[in-house]
Amino acid sequence: MKRRETLWAMLFLSPWIIGFLGFTLFPLVASFWFSFTNYNIVNPAGAKFIGLDNWDFLFNKDNVFRQALGNTLYYALGLVIIGTSTDIFLAMLLNTKIRGRATYRLIYFIPVLIPAVAGALIWVWILNPQRGILNFGLDMIGVNGPNWLGSIHWVKPALIMMAVWGSGRAIIIFLAGLQEIPNHLYEAARIDGAGPIPVFRHVTLPLLTPVILFNVIVGLIFSFQAFTEPYVMTQGGPANASMLYGLHLYYQAFENLRMGYASAMAWLLFAIILLSTLIVFRGSRRWVYYEN
Amino acid sequence: MGLLRKLIPASQQSQAGIAFSGAPSIKPPWYSSGRIRRFLGRFSIHLFLSVFGLLFALPLYWLIISSLKEQSEIFKVPPTLYPVDPRWMNFPDVLEVIPFFTYLRNTIVYVIFGTLGALLSNTVIAYAFAKLRWPGRDYVFILVLATMMLPFQVRMIPMYILFYKLHWLNTLLPLVVPGFFGNAFYIFLLRQFYRTIPMDLSDAARIDGASELQIFWNIILPLMKPAVITLLLFEVIFTWNDFIGPLIYTRDVEKYTLSIGLRMFFTLYGARWDLLMACSTMFTIPMVILFFLGQRRFIEGIALTGIKG
Repeated sequence: MKRRETLWAMLFLSPWIIGFLGFTLFPLVASFWFSFTNYNIVNPAGAKFIGLDNWDFLFNKDNVFRQALGNTLYYALGLVIIGTSTDIFLAMLLNTKIRGRATYRLIYFIPVLIPAVAGALIWVWILNPQRGILNFGLDMIGVNGPNWLGSIHWVKPALIMMAVWGSGRAIIIFLAGLQEIPNHLYEAARIDGAGPIPVFRHVTLPLLTPVILFNVIVGLIFSFQAFTEPYVMTQGGPANASMLYGLHLYYQAFENLRMGYASAMAWLLFAIILLSTLIVFRGSRRWVYYEN
Repeated sequence: MGLLRKLIPASQQSQAGIAFSGAPSIKPPWYSSGRIRRFLGRFSIHLFLSVFGLLFALPLYWLIISSLKEQSEIFKVPPTLYPVDPRWMNFPDVLEVIPFFTYLRNTIVYVIFGTLGALLSNTVIAYAFAKLRWPGRDYVFILVLATMMLPFQVRMIPMYILFYKLHWLNTLLPLVVPGFFGNAFYIFLLRQFYRTIPMDLSDAARIDGASELQIFWNIILPLMKPAVITLLLFEVIFTWNDFIGPLIYTRDVEKYTLSIGLRMFFTLYGARWDLLMACSTMFTIPMVILFFLGQRRFIEGIALTGIKG
């Protein structure tokens, strides 16, 4: 009986086993191997084992890489901090008993559905320094809008702003998290005479921390790999100010055809993602509240 | 597990507009009269929600109205907030400039086969993780979750070389075929749904002598309709929007999907914002419609991925 169930399970699992071996494990091993070679798709036979040369180049000679790493950290941290706080704020507002909640929720979610390329184009148009609606709006309130995508200082904030605009998924997840908080806790706090800020500080926020942790980790993983928006909007410019890690890697692999080098970069990216997830998890022991 | 059981009804309730938790932040304590307090609270919530909502909705609005403006109007300063004389000809004009229908056809092929692959493989795979008992199951499931952490860049290059060797480049095969072998995120999602179906159901059917296939197909799968629709929506939207996949694997214009075609259009005609916006609108609207048709399932699915079992 038990054996039969195991056999059936293996049968149901077989597509995953094939996929795991062929499309995960094999690429993983191959990519690791490439990272120590000068593999080039045009001349695969000429691929040589070059030891740590790729890594040496990465850390000591590739200035764009250093810039890309800095940009990506800026982008990831900015997005996680601004995005998470905006999303929590909006989710809390959406979690109140007011008329038109459902409509509001739809409005905040719609950006998620706009295809990334179309969204990128809309934003290029909105951020146009002379004719864009954003600088027009800023002008009306007396602010001289920057040359967003053309400015080395404003291009990253612009990309972060766009990503916050598209973070409706996180809002929905926070909303679900808020709805999990039992009502009697709020009532108890209110009976004790707690005002809105203490209630937020001591009831809402602690109980939301597991969801915050989840969204922070997903947000980090996602922003370290960001690609489409900078690729379409700026190609990494101006002066590499929006050259994100994924973009630099793509250019190395598919424009310069340095696939061995790009593989080394990919592994380093993996390591960075693992490390930052680990750090967040470690740190989370101090701020995440678990009921049990 | 207990959390999940709670979650499903909770999120369904919320869809029906029943479940609310209190809104502590709406009541400024310095007003003594409850009515004024409540009114001001509500007013400020509406104010914040609509101001932010306007900002969130503006890009889509701007996209649609820009697609109806004439080239001369689109560059006007100050910008007109709605098209003075809507120019519907922008849409047929796009078809003149780019092979829109070729892109559309490729995109639809990708959507259909991508979705088919995702449905066939993940319903079966997740079943093995949720409804069948076998040694080491939970460890293998952790492995599935771990693959979600793996950035696609690590697999990108070997996969490209693999498909190059198979002579699959510049076809839709590299985009579609891997989907038939499961996707960690979907396995996770479907497993969450499967686990809400009581085990007793399968056990009872087993005692009645039903075969494993019968249990899967006749008993469990029909109960999974909401989950299957959720997955379908996710995958349709993912494949329709996918950019990096087609960017890497397609080379000729005849093989482009809409996302690549649109980007190509932008590099070639970067100043024709009237046509670019018209093309982007045609690319975006189907997804917005699809979302409105299935928004409940869609939002439920997303909420479910955030709260882990």
